[in-house]
Amino acid sequence: MNQILNLISIQYKEFFRVPGILFWTLLFPVLMASGLGVAFTGQSEQIQHVALISTPDSSNAALDAFLEGAQPEELQAGTALGKAVEHPDLGKTQYYFHPTDWQGAERMMKRGEVALVLKAGESLQYHFDPANPEAQLTYLQLQALIIAPNRQYALGTIRPMTRVGTRYVDFLIPGLLAMGIMMSCMWGISYSLIDKRSKKLLRRMVATPMSKRGFLFSHFVSRLSLSIIEASLLVGFSHFIFDIQIQGDVLALIGLFISGNMAFTGIAVFVSSKTDNPQIGNGLINAVVMPMMVMSGIFFSYHNFPDVMVSIIQGLPLTMLADGIRGVFIEGAGFETTGLPSLILASIGVVFFFLGEKIYKWY
Amino acid sequence: MNSTSTPIIEVHQVHKSFKDVHAVQGVDLAIQKGEYVALLGPNGAGKTTLVEMIEGIQQPDAGDIKVKGLNWKQHQDQLHRVIGLSLQETRFIDKLSVRETLHLFSSFYKLPKSRVREVLELVRLKEKAKAFVVNLSGGQRQRLALGISLLNQPEVLLLDEPTTGLDPTARRELWEILAHLKTAYQTTMILTTHYMEEADYLCDRIVILDQGKVLAKGTLQKLLSENNLGEVIDFGLNAPGNHLEIPPLGDHEKILWKEDGMSAHLLVNDIVTYLPELLESVKRQGYHFTSLECRKMTLDDLFISMTGRRLGQ
Ligand SMILES: Nc1ncnc2c1ncn2[C@@H]1O[C@H](COP(=O)(O)OP(=O)(O)O)[C@@H](O)[C@H]1O
Ligand SMILES: [Mg+2]
Repeated sequence: MNQILNLISIQYKEFFRVPGILFWTLLFPVLMASGLGVAFTGQSEQIQHVALISTPDSSNAALDAFLEGAQPEELQAGTALGKAVEHPDLGKTQYYFHPTDWQGAERMMKRGEVALVLKAGESLQYHFDPANPEAQLTYLQLQALIIAPNRQYALGTIRPMTRVGTRYVDFLIPGLLAMGIMMSCMWGISYSLIDKRSKKLLRRMVATPMSKRGFLFSHFVSRLSLSIIEASLLVGFSHFIFDIQIQGDVLALIGLFISGNMAFTGIAVFVSSKTDNPQIGNGLINAVVMPMMVMSGIFFSYHNFPDVMVSIIQGLPLTMLADGIRGVFIEGAGFETTGLPSLILASIGVVFFFLGEKIYKWY
Repeated sequence: MNSTSTPIIEVHQVHKSFKDVHAVQGVDLAIQKGEYVALLGPNGAGKTTLVEMIEGIQQPDAGDIKVKGLNWKQHQDQLHRVIGLSLQETRFIDKLSVRETLHLFSSFYKLPKSRVREVLELVRLKEKAKAFVVNLSGGQRQRLALGISLLNQPEVLLLDEPTTGLDPTARRELWEILAHLKTAYQTTMILTTHYMEEADYLCDRIVILDQGKVLAKGTLQKLLSENNLGEVIDFGLNAPGNHLEIPPLGDHEKILWKEDGMSAHLLVNDIVTYLPELLESVKRQGYHFTSLECRKMTLDDLFISMTGRRLGQ
């Protein structure tokens, strides 16, 4: 027992004595939450750039009416006509029209300076890539504004949803919590084990009566407690800044948290079971972590993936964990919904842990 | 059975191969309690492989290994407690202090805290107890590794190149600690090295290993006298010596030319009779010496005479 406590305590020391690790595991998630949270939540002003091709003999009355009062402004890309449109619910949109010819418009498109080209004439022509949602949005907004400047494209009424639980940060924070658990285990455990093997330290340690299973298990305990610190920081921070609350059963959340740590500790032990080359270890960890980061709906919903993939994605441990945590945070879920995913995550952890232990290369 | 006649370490016909190397080829060793034995050989001789098999870290393909009559298959736990070891190259955790590192390892043996203090004293690291491993010098690191191997008061100490890469002062310091262990605790030790002066200074017996085989073993005196190659003449010539005719050599005598072709290493039974003939013959053929040195045979010379190569390479 003393042995395991000692192992845990050196893992803490390793952790707290390396400023780099401290930054990436503790501060980085908080910074990410604040950055993304503010970017997607604040009522910031939108800016749209449009290339405008217009000659005196190709003018369009509606467009001219819309552009009346627009002021020429000096921008980095040249002089443009600036026009701001205020909407009581959607906020302010600033349009910049860059007068140019076809060649100039094409060049601006290629450089990504504009997403849409507007060609004046008896009927207006909008040139853009239909696969680009931003260009489509600009098109729809402009079209509505030019046809009916006063109606401001609001045929129905807009009711902004800024209630706690439905904002982007509410979606993001639980995802970041899940990701934090994965990253902390995969990098904290796998990498440190592979590093110890490459330094021949594992070899030295097992040449003593050290309990091998106890050694591997000590990583679970130390990581779990570090994950708790990390998560409390993130939750505390987002509570104060974004007023995020845990709406569901806290015990269910703790259950999920522990089984998530179990799952990723098991996977981490398994991933670290063979190689003694930190570079290969790096690649292996990324191979596990990256696909889940992209697919498991941490930053954006995975429901945009094709249906066949969605059912696979829902089977990934990170997805189960993120969805579960999200359920507790914003849908008020309890054990009845988190029970099964918790059980599955814990089993994944146990299976991978023992599999990894069985094939573990100590020498 | 008589306790002095039963070796504490018995290695019998041990073989070990890797993909394309037969690293250890039928080695026999018997080491008595309290004996210090040097395993001497150039890089790649199979020293590490042999020692790691005794440590239970590698398994032999064939042959038997016993320490205190115990084997690794059945008595792993007991052997861990009998043996103390340091590996050729272990890097401990950078940001742990010397004391913390010792504590960690002592917890694996369930030792009391006082043992760490004793060991710090033994390996002369008391002043460095709070220093992080990353900030230690090469000699201090080796002493830490030695300290870890001494925690469990091992009867058998197996050290793999404990002084490689150290400067002479640091090396001496380690030698003194090891010499002290021998008198104070009657520890048995196998030490691998490619420094013959280390083997000479510390060890009762020397085992010379090359390409997985034992070339010779015994005390330094025995090795030198048995090979009956008492003396060495090193000389340099003013011109390439490929046409130089030297006086006829006896059974165990030989000449080894260095790569430059102008200097050589001559192993003879008796300088007193050979040297005048050599001087005479060199002069007659129109050469003259640029250097000339006569001395007793050392282990290094012995190794060269056996393999045609130098030890430290
Ligand atoms: N794990 C291994 N895989 C393949 N070859 C090895 C391995 N370990 C040692 N060898 C080879 O076995 C031979 C003996 O190596 P080693 O015991 O390390 O020699 P020494 O310690 O005397 O320098 C060398 O040729 C080395 O390349
Ligand atoms: Mg070696």
